[in-house]
Amino acid sequence: MNPFVECFSGCTHAQAAPCPRFVDCVNLGAQCDSARGDEGELRRTELLARLRLEVHQKPVVFVGMGTCGLANGAQGVFDAFAAEFAVRGIDATLLRTGCLGYCSREVLVDVKLPGLPRITYADVTPRDVPSIIESSVLGRSVVVSKLLGIAAPCDAEGWHGLPLLHELPFFAKQQKRVLANCGIVDPEDITQAMAHGAYRALSRVLNTMTPEALIQDVLEGGLRGRGGGGFPTGKKWEFARAQQSDVKYLICNADEGDPGAFMDRAVLESDPHRVVEGMIIAAYAIGASRGYVYCRAEYPLAIERLRRTIADARAYGLLGENILGSGFSFDLLIKKGAGAFVCGEETALMNSIEGRRGMPRPRPPYPSVSGLFGKPTVVNNVETFANVPVLLGLGAPAYAALGTTTSKGTKIFALSGRVFNTGLVEVPMGTTLREVVFDIGGGIPDGKRFKAVQIGGPSGGALPESVIDTPVDYEQLKQVGAMMGSGGLVVMDESTCMVDLAKYFMAFIEEESCGKCIPCREGTTRLLETLTSLTRSHRGESADDALQRFQGMVYLERLAEVITDASLCGLGQSAPNPVVSTLRYFRDEYEAHLYDRVCPAGACRELLTYRIDQEHCNGCGLCAMKCPSGAILGEKKHAHYIIEEKCTRCDQCRVNCAHHAILAH
Amino acid sequence: MENTIPETDPLQRYPRKDASWLIDMLQDVQEIHGYLPEAEMERVAEYIGIPVSRVYGVATFYNQFRFQPFGEYVIKVCRGTACHVKGSFDLLQTLENELGVKAGDTTRDRLFTLETVACIGACSIAPVIAVNEQFHGGLTVKSLQKLLRTYKAKAQKTEAEHEPVC
Repeated sequence: MNPFVECFSGCTHAQAAPCPRFVDCVNLGAQCDSARGDEGELRRTELLARLRLEVHQKPVVFVGMGTCGLANGAQGVFDAFAAEFAVRGIDATLLRTGCLGYCSREVLVDVKLPGLPRITYADVTPRDVPSIIESSVLGRSVVVSKLLGIAAPCDAEGWHGLPLLHELPFFAKQQKRVLANCGIVDPEDITQAMAHGAYRALSRVLNTMTPEALIQDVLEGGLRGRGGGGFPTGKKWEFARAQQSDVKYLICNADEGDPGAFMDRAVLESDPHRVVEGMIIAAYAIGASRGYVYCRAEYPLAIERLRRTIADARAYGLLGENILGSGFSFDLLIKKGAGAFVCGEETALMNSIEGRRGMPRPRPPYPSVSGLFGKPTVVNNVETFANVPVLLGLGAPAYAALGTTTSKGTKIFALSGRVFNTGLVEVPMGTTLREVVFDIGGGIPDGKRFKAVQIGGPSGGALPESVIDTPVDYEQLKQVGAMMGSGGLVVMDESTCMVDLAKYFMAFIEEESCGKCIPCREGTTRLLETLTSLTRSHRGESADDALQRFQGMVYLERLAEVITDASLCGLGQSAPNPVVSTLRYFRDEYEAHLYDRVCPAGACRELLTYRIDQEHCNGCGLCAMKCPSGAILGEKKHAHYIIEEKCTRCDQCRVNCAHHAILAH
Repeated sequence: MENTIPETDPLQRYPRKDASWLIDMLQDVQEIHGYLPEAEMERVAEYIGIPVSRVYGVATFYNQFRFQPFGEYVIKVCRGTACHVKGSFDLLQTLENELGVKAGDTTRDRLFTLETVACIGACSIAPVIAVNEQFHGGLTVKSLQKLLRTYKAKAQKTEAEHEPVC
């Protein structure tokens, strides 16, 4: 079952009899006398090269099967390869990998021939499969139209002069540390992960470091929580370490509730071993014996792969009793979330694990003193744990060398919205937002203009072009009115209305507020009411309604302050942020809604006026047929027109018109 | 169909009188029945030894739990930020119009259940909907209408197969 053990005739490593040097043996060569000089050494080198896919006899085809890939039809592509190989009797290996990060070009397929570097194809459909097999698997040429790039320069015929993957604009400015193995290894294969260096940091920590020295290293590396506020991870561990208790808990917060963020999901789906390794190291640091991964139920694939990962790690003696013979024991359990945004808040999350309503409680006492079941508990986010092996692998000084004065290392962003290249982006701290949106993201499609970038989810803010040169850094983002959050980065062009966006976030928060404290429960409801009144049509509005609208607007900022000051948990305290930041940068848009009753972006439908362009309308009558309120009149083959009083602004006519003759202003 | 008795009672997997497994138990019950029947919630309460009101209190707090059976096709409309910016509200409205139900409800023929979710984490191909866990990304109102027609056709086909012969 364990190929590493088989390659040394003298190796006795097993779950029941763990060997402290097992991981080092795998990566560095035989560590003990009984195996050294053995012909097993040769077998090990061979095995490792084979697992790393450096040496192989048969062509290998990799299909990217993260969620984005699957949503774009990766399963179909995978099946097509399998069928074609079977039908034509081709002897090739077909593997599934995680997400390379270039989600807008999914399905991504890699082909690797013996002795040649990997080539990556993008936008692959099942129809492309025969031509890829014909040219790149059987022959030594390339389907140029689907080619993304190759992994390394190569002189081989057919491969010569092809674009390099890491020189593409999307990859050039990225520095992949946490995502290094994503899209490269099979996430369900622990041997591949170990051949690529998984659990090496763990082995070093258990064999050579005291928990205190380990925490000191993490402090020196300057790792801060990647889930939001950015609390120093080492400090948190230090507090929990100092507590005297029979049991301590460790929790991985994988309840990625932020709309617009998917980096945790991608890491869990593409490289789950890295997260588990980070958790074991953290558990050793604080002396925890039991850990939980609290994962959203909306991520079934991530949960499935995590389950597999934990079982494999246990079978390899990397999890459970007496890990690697160090005497340290730690085990992991998965808890599925049940769909409540507030459960991302740590005290609420712990209530949920305990089988209660996920409602926050006041702090202190902090979880590191009294957390889950009243015991000292550390809660860290997926990306934070994934950073731990990177930090320890590089060493604290090298890790801290990248980044800004206060923010070290790299940050993963989920780039989405109105931008060319969407996907996962890992950049060094200090990279500017402009670089992320324009250099990596490739700018705004359809010839539209950039308007804002929304960062940090419902707790963050929308930043306009004037501050887009802000570097990615916890403090500097806070200064311009946003926050790092978990790292969702949604790009907006001029067709997005900022009042509508604030309303969208308020509707979300109002829905997701747990209702325990009044400022959050009632305050967000009032905020939403005010914003809704701004976007409502003035037709049929009474004088009282208008007065309410103005009054709400006058009190908007004051209300936001009160909610921030008086709410119980982080969710409530940051709830008004979308309103505050849009008010700060886009006040003119609020005023246009308030005084002129128009929506400059044309997004608030109730404020629009629909009109038919008499020149373009050929009188086909489709709009009149689709109109649910009978507001469109006209004869066949003559231009139609809209009766404004009857129009309900359902947009059906505009969507269905084939001649773009219906205008909305 | 919905009253199939499980071969092994999922509750037996959990330690008795341990309330920390409540959510897991409810998730298992929902997996089997498609929703949380009242009798099952009572059974769970009895098993753990807590009042039914607490079970109900927890179940209603979380978005995942339902108290009515699902339709044959469950359509989840993602309402994440990226999807919102790319027009998911229009998609939702189209679905509400075409199916004649509001989000959270099931059509009267029990074929479709319409739901919204906060974010399904496939933001790069926004706007996204999921039909029975099958993702469909990069949708427009038009392509959505087309998609819905194919599902309606499929649903009618299975319906015809199940038609009782009389």
